[in-house]
Amino acid sequence: MKNSFLRGMSHGIPICLGYLSVSFGFGILAVSKAGLSVFQASIISASNLTSAGQKAGIDVIAAGGTIIEMILLQLTINIRYSLMALSLSQKLDKRFTTPHRLMASYGITDEIFAVCSAQKAPLTPAYMYGMILIAAVGWVTGTALGAAAGELLPLSVSKAMEIVLYGMFIAIIIPPAKKQHSVLFVIAMAAALSVVFRYCLPMVSDGFAIIISAVAASAAAAFIFPVKDEEAEE
Amino acid sequence: MSIAVYIIVIAGVTYLIRMIPFTFFRKKIKSRFFRSFLYYIPYAVLSAMTIPAIFYTTHNIWTAIAGTAVAVALAFFEMPLIVVALAASGAAFLVGLFM
Repeated sequence: MKNSFLRGMSHGIPICLGYLSVSFGFGILAVSKAGLSVFQASIISASNLTSAGQKAGIDVIAAGGTIIEMILLQLTINIRYSLMALSLSQKLDKRFTTPHRLMASYGITDEIFAVCSAQKAPLTPAYMYGMILIAAVGWVTGTALGAAAGELLPLSVSKAMEIVLYGMFIAIIIPPAKKQHSVLFVIAMAAALSVVFRYCLPMVSDGFAIIISAVAASAAAAFIFPVKDEEAEE
Repeated sequence: MSIAVYIIVIAGVTYLIRMIPFTFFRKKIKSRFFRSFLYYIPYAVLSAMTIPAIFYTTHNIWTAIAGTAVAVALAFFEMPLIVVALAASGAAFLVGLFM
């Protein structure tokens, strides 16, 4: 129990470091763009634990938008979490009772999902809590520091830190793509569709573009390369 | 509109999106197609989020390309996540010094 909590924490360290840098930028933005206090910015980060949704939320607050607009925007940007939650629900340990599910679902982020789904063993609540805790500490701390101390960090450093989380994504997808043609196919097709959306269909929001690209690529791969039972059980 | 109302709405919607499928979906999926689909989804989501967005990080295409190239190379040799992530950032920083 304690062991898997610590293991979750150690697997969460790169996430924590990445979040520190990204949320620093969010903190700066929350103060400069929407005029929020350090406390308000930190509360948003602690209660949401998501980057794109929070950034969009700040935009709506800054523009004095309606609640309906806020709800629709959050749904669009964050609906990918439903797919991730569904995917993770298939590999939960028996210890994951309803109260644990209610609590751990708070922490399903892109990065936590990525690291959890790369695990071979079923996920235990303790493992997820360890990872969520250290990630949330990084996320909220970075937000507070960014909101309070804004431009203290040299620009060259803060710019270079923007790439940290993407570097982690690459580290997750490349090794399995080396071993399985099907994964290589999925990665290439999803990336290609995402590029098409970005440059040919700019009216589609980033959130929807990611969903459509990912669903289409996964469905094509599932059709062409159906997994064997052992693989899906992993 | 009070800031508190906005904050509650953002947090509430975001939580429900995650909580509902995670909590109420209990059955093991039988359909081979759907199981395959869910097996591939993580890779597809991460890939679509990374490309082309990674080239817009760091505010400069060349530093972003340098960071991406280093990340891909180190990932190919299966380095730990943290090493790949920080090396990508370090490469972007170093190339940025010459920009």
